Amino acid sequence: MKRLLFIFLLLPLAAYAADADFTLTIKDQHFQPSEFAIPSGKKIKLLVENQDAMPAEFESYDLSREVIVPGHGKVTVFVGPLEPGIYKFFNDFNHDMQGSIVAKPAVN
Amino acid sequence: MLATAIIMFREVLEASLIIAIVLGASRGIAGRGRWVAGGIGLGLLGASIVAILANVASSVFSGDGQAILNAVILLSAVSMLTWHNVWMSAHGRQLSSEVMAVGSDVQSGQRPMTALLVITMVAVMREGSEAVLFLWAIATSGEQSINMILGGLGGVIVGILVGLLLYLGLLRIPARHFFSITSWLILLLASGLAAQAAGFLNQVGFLPALGNGVWNTSNILSQDSLIGQLLHILVGYIARPSGIEVVFYVGTFLTILLLMRTYGSKRGSRVKVRESPG
Repeated sequence: MKRLLFIFLLLPLAAYAADADFTLTIKDQHFQPSEFAIPSGKKIKLLVENQDAMPAEFESYDLSREVIVPGHGKVTVFVGPLEPGIYKFFNDFNHDMQGSIVAKPAVN
Repeated sequence: MLATAIIMFREVLEASLIIAIVLGASRGIAGRGRWVAGGIGLGLLGASIVAILANVASSVFSGDGQAILNAVILLSAVSMLTWHNVWMSAHGRQLSSEVMAVGSDVQSGQRPMTALLVITMVAVMREGSEAVLFLWAIATSGEQSINMILGGLGGVIVGILVGLLLYLGLLRIPARHFFSITSWLILLLASGLAAQAAGFLNQVGFLPALGNGVWNTSNILSQDSLIGQLLHILVGYIARPSGIEVVFYVGTFLTILLLMRTYGSKRGSRVKVRESPG
């Protein structure tokens, strides 16, 4: 089982920072920006970049997302496709850090 | 200090409650303590390895890697809980009659010892890796770190105490109802963990969301609240579930129930037949 887990760990090297749709920065224990809009009905690649030394856990009950971002680390996470609405997220290692994603229909 | 305590409490709580339920449910199985302790030890080891991987090889340990690992961990817990419950429904009757006789052993069938080991191991490993990572970061951050570590350890202790309370509460259930109540607890627990796994598999993109927010009860009972969190762990409460989470929850619930009914009743009646002449 350990070996299997290790293979699973190594498999997903696909996500790269360069082609992320949106970057969310963690700096001085704040999300920047703390609120941002994304088009609804579309899968979005979100890059979470932690500029602090403390690790963070980007988590959202509304989105069922949970991902650790090590100190000075970057992690990509897919969000959506979302229905229009507000989706809150927070740092599970510091619940004072909150933010929200606003999904809106894209304007053509 | 308090903030650190609360974070660590949250991290420890899930594993603590799961272990309490499993320990309660396996009451009467000889030697279970050793297997559960072994599971906790392996879980801590695994948690440390994951935490180190996350810190050292953050590019390898991408968001997808974490989600897949979490899904694998959760699904293995679900399958082991299923095995445990099916085994219990086949042997529980026999166990509950023997539970009074201290030290008596169940003779028939293969005991789900591996299940106990794996469940405790993965329960500790899942949240434990986050706890280790967090504590390690504050330990190396320098100023105020002693206070924060003490707070963190306090949170760990309170989390373990809550599990202990649940365990002691379970033991107070009259023997007659004991196994039916614990098997329902495990059934709901496993369904909730399966829903969480679905969330992670959707995070990677292996599964469609099937709609985000089948319902939204965040205003009535926030998942962030203590009760919301307890219910999330114990029965899989999700304030704003995606469609795939609901599908996994219901699917797992029905599958385990069906397995318990078919396998359990068959074995149960055989035991009854064997016992009736004597």
